[in-house]
Amino acid sequence: MRTTQALFKLRGSIHPEYFKGLARDKDIVAMPLPKQLCVSMAQHLGAPAKPIVSKGDHVLKGQRIGEAAGFISAHVHAPTSGTVTAVEDGPTVTGTLALRVVIEPDGQDTPANALPPIKDWTTAGRDTILARIADAGIAGMGGAGFPTRVKLSPPPDKPIDTLIINGAECEPYLTADHRVMLERAEQIWQGCEIMRSLLGVKTVRIAIENNKPEAIKAMQTAIAKADGDVAICILKTEYPQGAEKQQIFATTGREVPSGGLPMDVGCVVENVGTTYAVWDAVVNGNPLIERVTTVTGHPVAEPRNVLARIGTSYADLLAFCGGLTCDAVKIVSGGPMMGIAQSNLETTTTKTTSGLLFLEASRVPEYTSMPCISCGRCVVACPMDLLPAELSNRIEAGDYDAAESLNILDCIECGCCAFICPAHRPLVQHFKMGKSRVILKRRQAQTKS
Amino acid sequence: MDWMPVLITSGTIGGVGLACGSALALAAKFLSVPEDPKIAELEGILPGVNCGGCGFAGCADYAKAIASGAASVDLCAPGGPDVLKKLAAATGQEATATEKQVAMVLCQGNEHRAVHKHIYNGVADCNAAAMVAGGDMLCTYGCLGYGSCAFVCPVGAIAIKENLATIHPELCIGCKACIKACPRGIIRMVPESRSVHVLCSSKDKGPVAKKACQVACIGCKMCVKLGGEAFEMDGFLAKRNYAIPATSDTAIEKCPGKCIVKIGASEATTQTAPADGAPSGSHA
Ligand code: SF4
Ligand code: SF4
Ligand code: SF4
Repeated sequence: MRTTQALFKLRGSIHPEYFKGLARDKDIVAMPLPKQLCVSMAQHLGAPAKPIVSKGDHVLKGQRIGEAAGFISAHVHAPTSGTVTAVEDGPTVTGTLALRVVIEPDGQDTPANALPPIKDWTTAGRDTILARIADAGIAGMGGAGFPTRVKLSPPPDKPIDTLIINGAECEPYLTADHRVMLERAEQIWQGCEIMRSLLGVKTVRIAIENNKPEAIKAMQTAIAKADGDVAICILKTEYPQGAEKQQIFATTGREVPSGGLPMDVGCVVENVGTTYAVWDAVVNGNPLIERVTTVTGHPVAEPRNVLARIGTSYADLLAFCGGLTCDAVKIVSGGPMMGIAQSNLETTTTKTTSGLLFLEASRVPEYTSMPCISCGRCVVACPMDLLPAELSNRIEAGDYDAAESLNILDCIECGCCAFICPAHRPLVQHFKMGKSRVILKRRQAQTKS
Repeated sequence: MDWMPVLITSGTIGGVGLACGSALALAAKFLSVPEDPKIAELEGILPGVNCGGCGFAGCADYAKAIASGAASVDLCAPGGPDVLKKLAAATGQEATATEKQVAMVLCQGNEHRAVHKHIYNGVADCNAAAMVAGGDMLCTYGCLGYGSCAFVCPVGAIAIKENLATIHPELCIGCKACIKACPRGIIRMVPESRSVHVLCSSKDKGPVAKKACQVACIGCKMCVKLGGEAFEMDGFLAKRNYAIPATSDTAIEKCPGKCIVKIGASEATTQTAPADGAPSGSHA
């Protein structure tokens, strides 16, 4: 067992206020079953799952209710036992519509026991374990929701030599991963061992920012008896250390090429929550039906790290945390930097809901954005080495081709540029829009040819 | 004063200029690629607005495509039947003129009629606004009013009034640029001679649609009952069937959502474009 400091410093970064103290010391509490659970079929990256239950059906806890539709997709399971009251379109976190299964819990929480526990996973064989991870519907819980099975079975021409467990949690306010590491360190390490044997790698790096000394200690204890090249990699607290490409750079010094994936440089990065879910699915046979979500922000009466069933509405989560003590003017699903603004509390949690943040008026300044003053601060702050000022000017002028040649698709939407811009340019919003336009254009060109 | 340096410099520069000039002249004569005179002729016929509606990079590119046989002659919307006839004559192709189509925004939900669901203060672009919690209007189908269509319109035919886009039918050249820019997909090409339109795009059920907007189609089918085949239903949304003229005004009067409007003269009596050019869509 070793503990190392990060090898490399990020290219660009920012130091926002963190406010982690709001929920950092609150134990994970399980939330009682709400009156209704709305389970979205579009919780992961890739094709939404196909619902395989219909109105009136009785389902059991952990029963599969959505079938993965395609290679990059994931199964969806019933979070509790109860009756399906509807299969309908409902709002997703981005405001688009997607099919969802509405379940009225019967309060019994009767398990389906569809997946037998694999107590001795070391002898079970690679295919069995991979199939289990797919059957449990596990998708990256850090935010992007990439199906874990796909990530863990890289093509043979991409040899993997390093597994990185992401416990950086660089987003301000959020403490869910921190609590998971503190309270479930041993299980995370087991999950890590499972993935390590799947990938056949010796080197494991567990990356944690140095503002979480307790989590570092807990993980150190957990890996005390580990063999092979296993180390906790302590990262400097700066944003965005938790971004996949930045984390690979900080821990290994390797740079993912433009348009490439971590596997291009021999790395696989998994979030700590996902790692726990892998352990739970393999050893206990539990599909992914609940997760820890940090409900936080100064207006929240009692900020907490809530273990809630997937499909719990934001309104129920907030009520469980005592409601609001003052008006919140902005609701964000996720953290303040990369989270997605919400316009109501009807949206429900998914496998990727790491936090639910309420911001009061004083923290949501209303400002007018002004022309770029060419100060260059965004260029210094950008961890991807892009030219945000130039990109945003091009996009404002509708010149998406220029934006494409300036590598807009490499933007990770981290928000460092917009955070630092003295002219309050809506940089990230420009890039989100620009990226979607460029991707659309590429897709159209593909279908034409 | 010693004139020598002046003469030398002028001489040198003049000489270099002369040499380059003659080289260019010779190059132009001997290295020129013969251009099909047909292309120039076709380009002369095209209106030269470079709107891109034909799918090519401007009029010159389209002329080249016609000359090489890669494109048919009926793709230029702004040119209308006139240009079509001339192109057909020039290429010997056959083409039947179709009626001019103009773009129309099928929505009347301006800021007084449609309900906002949150305050949006980001980039003033419909595509950007639509990406934040699905847009700031409660109606997920309606116009967002940030003018992405107006931004791309090459002739300035689109006005944004009270957060609603309206297209001036007389100015519209039918290039379809706005259709591609609109994230809501609520702009549709309609025959110029038709004057009765269903200006709503909400596929929501009646109560939902009504909650979101005062002028929404509630799917009551009244227009189909009263106006016959000129109207048709698509789920909970009424649509115009432009193949059949809408002759009676009863459907317009009886529509409880007030989403059927007549812009200009009646369809049965005359085929002319609206006299008063302003689309009354936003004031119906
Ligand atoms: S949002 Fe994109 S452009 Fe801005 S700092 Fe992050 S990676 Fe760079
Ligand atoms: S930080 Fe803002 S003002 Fe400065 S160069 Fe970048 S976009 Fe321009
Ligand atoms: S018609 Fe479409 S593009 Fe034009 S303002 Fe409305 S939503 Fe935006």
